[in-house]
Amino acid sequence: MDLVASTTDIVANANLLLAVIIPLFGSLVVMTMKNNPNLREFVSASASVLLLCMVLSFIPALKAGKTLVYPIFQLLPGLSITLRADGFSMIFAMVASSLWVIAVFYSMGYMRAHDEPCQTRFNACFALAIFGAIGVAFSDNLLTLYLFYEIVSVCTYPLVAHHQDEESYEGARKYIVYLTTTAKFFLLPALILIYVLAGTLDFPHNINTGIIPASASGWMVTMLYIFCIFGFAKNGVMPFHHWLPGAMVAPTPVSALLHAVAVVKVGVFCTTRTMLYVFGVDTMDRLNLGIPTAYFVGFTIIVASMIALSKDNLKARLAYSTVSQLSYIILGVALLTPHAIEGGLIHIVNHAFSKITLFFCAGAIYIAAHKKYISEMSGLGRTMPFTFGAFAVASLSMIGAPPVAGFVSKWYLLVGSMEAHQVGILLILIASTVLNVGYFVPVTYKAFFGKRPAGQAETGIKEAPLSMLIPLLIAVTVSVIIGIYPNFMMQFVWMVTG
Amino acid sequence: MDLLLIKEGFPLLSFLIFLPLVGALVLLFCHGETFARLWTLVITSLTAICSLSLLSGFDPASSKYQFAEAYTWIPRLNINYIVGMDGISILLVLLTTLIMPFCVLASWKYIQQRVTPFMFCLLTMETAMIGVFVALDFALFYIFWEFMLIPMYLLIAVWGGPRKAYASIKFFLYTLAGSVLLLVAIIALYLKSGSFFIPEMMWQPYSLVFQVLVFLAFFLAFAIKVPMFPFHTWLPAAHVEAPTAGSVILASVLLKMGTYGMLRFCLPITPDATMLLAQPILWLSIAGILYGGFTALAQQDMKKLIAYSSVGHMGFVTLGLFILNTRGIEGAMLQMINHGVTTGALFLCVGMIYERTHSRELALATGVGKYMPWFVTFLAFFSLSSFGFPGTNSFIGEFLVLAGTFEHNTFLALAAIPGAVLAAAYMLRMLQKVVWGGTANPDQSYLKDLGVREIVVLAPFLLFVFWIGLGPQPFLDLIHTSVSTLIDQLHHWQQQQQVAAVLWY
Repeated sequence: MDLVASTTDIVANANLLLAVIIPLFGSLVVMTMKNNPNLREFVSASASVLLLCMVLSFIPALKAGKTLVYPIFQLLPGLSITLRADGFSMIFAMVASSLWVIAVFYSMGYMRAHDEPCQTRFNACFALAIFGAIGVAFSDNLLTLYLFYEIVSVCTYPLVAHHQDEESYEGARKYIVYLTTTAKFFLLPALILIYVLAGTLDFPHNINTGIIPASASGWMVTMLYIFCIFGFAKNGVMPFHHWLPGAMVAPTPVSALLHAVAVVKVGVFCTTRTMLYVFGVDTMDRLNLGIPTAYFVGFTIIVASMIALSKDNLKARLAYSTVSQLSYIILGVALLTPHAIEGGLIHIVNHAFSKITLFFCAGAIYIAAHKKYISEMSGLGRTMPFTFGAFAVASLSMIGAPPVAGFVSKWYLLVGSMEAHQVGILLILIASTVLNVGYFVPVTYKAFFGKRPAGQAETGIKEAPLSMLIPLLIAVTVSVIIGIYPNFMMQFVWMVTG
Repeated sequence: MDLLLIKEGFPLLSFLIFLPLVGALVLLFCHGETFARLWTLVITSLTAICSLSLLSGFDPASSKYQFAEAYTWIPRLNINYIVGMDGISILLVLLTTLIMPFCVLASWKYIQQRVTPFMFCLLTMETAMIGVFVALDFALFYIFWEFMLIPMYLLIAVWGGPRKAYASIKFFLYTLAGSVLLLVAIIALYLKSGSFFIPEMMWQPYSLVFQVLVFLAFFLAFAIKVPMFPFHTWLPAAHVEAPTAGSVILASVLLKMGTYGMLRFCLPITPDATMLLAQPILWLSIAGILYGGFTALAQQDMKKLIAYSSVGHMGFVTLGLFILNTRGIEGAMLQMINHGVTTGALFLCVGMIYERTHSRELALATGVGKYMPWFVTFLAFFSLSSFGFPGTNSFIGEFLVLAGTFEHNTFLALAAIPGAVLAAAYMLRMLQKVVWGGTANPDQSYLKDLGVREIVVLAPFLLFVFWIGLGPQPFLDLIHTSVSTLIDQLHHWQQQQQVAAVLWY
């Protein structure tokens, strides 16, 4: 493997801790502001902006070839809670912090327009989820990763159960059962075994070596690898994906957050971080773990797309689309060729912006027209042209059409699969593209060109409130921009592959 | 006697043992409920503060028994008053002394009848508990061990719930049954070695049959106390009926005496038998972990739920002990403290609910979160700690135990993992019900959130949850030398046995 480990120098930087604490602190302040909604939302918004600025401030140092670290607690020798910012963490930290800003404004509009109860709890837990996500992004070792991964699981429970009715309790129960069970059952033993084998859980500073000693027996490492793939069930890989459609009962901003930012991306980020920085390209190559993984998640890509085709509920269709798209990321990394890894990692960004747009659209449609089912949305595009316009562009990104973001990742993935000489993977990607067209295009087509249901007259333009529409349009614009000019985000990906 | 580091000057350990007893005797002559409460709080707090000075005088680099005191007591039978403390007992002594003031505070309003006798029982309990952990003479140990039964029996039988007679008798009989065999083993050892001095009984060339018999007698007594599956049935009954302070003492301190005994006596006195019988005990621990987990999952009574979770957690402790490597034993030691902190706090939480709703039924405590946000915040952290959420104390304990187990036998460790999953399941189930409930919660709007006294009671527990969870090194430093010496001695013993076997043939 000719991926060169980049030479980095490691600098301690306390701002990392500050970045992680901002959302936590924001959440605590929000909790005290039950009686003052405006001030509460101001706190959320300023925390999100502050976090984004903090994350952006790390870029110059990283560009200079440095890696920032900040040790917080030393538990045992080789076992610590430490933060780190490198190219890999920046991919996700950028996504999480920038989308939080957009999501704060959107959910303000949604929750107020819908007159949802318990908005303080909602805002506080939203910030806590971001706290977990940023912590995951800036983790320097597997323990820190696991800690923040679990924090995300626990803190998003109140968001999923938000409506406090039978359906949401059931969805939330499924959500927490799937996520904690897999984490405890697979991840905990994997974590401990890796510690016993390697004596440390700290990630190395390149993607090749990993931390597993070469002396470890092959079957043991393979078992650990499988445990890690299934343990991070937030990655939506089948068969542990059922929590995701179940969590659809949550308010739409939560679904958007779950699908684009905090939860599923935490899952794939953890999975890929573990694949590249715990096992490493060399070990995965030696034990031939990459290609079987690619085919395994290829199954998820195809099956989830087919299920999505059959769903009439827009959010459910988007949920299965997420299941399918997440596996693109893992597939790319599993191919282990430079371009495929780059394609997989950049898809974390591209999918995030496009998927959050789609969910924002679903929420806007629900608020403005009270429609949940695709079959009811026929002709609605003429009433909500901006929303459905954004939906159309974002779905092009999902499909992978130029010039929207998704094209970049699909291009890299296709090149990568050719580099790896995997015709099967190539076919999976093509088939999935066709399926994507199959379940996204009809939505847009019917909305703009379909007939309105009988008894519903054409009304004029009636969009959702501006506080929802503007974040939605910003998200879709970013999707287009990073499609035309991908290098800003690609620079972090290149830091990873060297 | 070179094992003892005799401390000249102030006899700190004896002071700690007898201060509560003196306090209890004062209560015999002074009546008045408020005085009894305040007096007990003062005495237990004073004991706690004085016990902290143990830390400054303790040398963590030495494996000797420190703060030792030795006085002749009954010369004819060679019974002496010898106390001392090493890395294995220091944390347990501190746990005992530090937890007692909170037990008093937790009983402040809970106990309304016969307050003075209740406080008398608490104080005598404390004397016995500290005595058990520091006694180095077997006769002395046995006296404290038995002495402890009576106040505990009274705590359950007098101030307990509706089925207190059944629960207290069951507790008494189970523990006594174990103790009788313990006495037999102690006398047998005395006849062999001619002394009751515990360190002199260790690492002696007893025959294997003798060792196995002594080990089994020890093991039964301690396994009942722990309690290990299948000797655990007294525990849920006792916990459910005991008043809050009783449950806390039972969970935090009394259960630890079993595992302390296993480590202090079984391993060094009967090393061959320990190694011979370790394997079945390990699987018994696994059975306990799984059984405790499954049973806890089915409980409708919160105290029972926590009681069964104790069976599971103590399974992790015995698992770590009988792995017989440094990581395992250190993890087990830490897990003992963790269980004391976390489970004690959980019982306090349930007690606080009980004071308000007069029920321990989970169904009647649903949806409390809306009206008692402070309470559920504490409950949430303690529940997370109980199922080993990373960053809390139990995580690091379980981590060490499982790391030790993985070193020893991968399958054994994998078999224990479902226990961790179950712990998450039953704790989150309880937490979900209490915080959220369902769509048909009973009306809880009359509930008042925690008062200052209750927050003061719970806050120190939370401090330790995170202190041990995020910075366990100072705690491990205290126990490390003693544990590694013990393991070294065991390895040395094994080699000696091998040499002896080679010479014999």
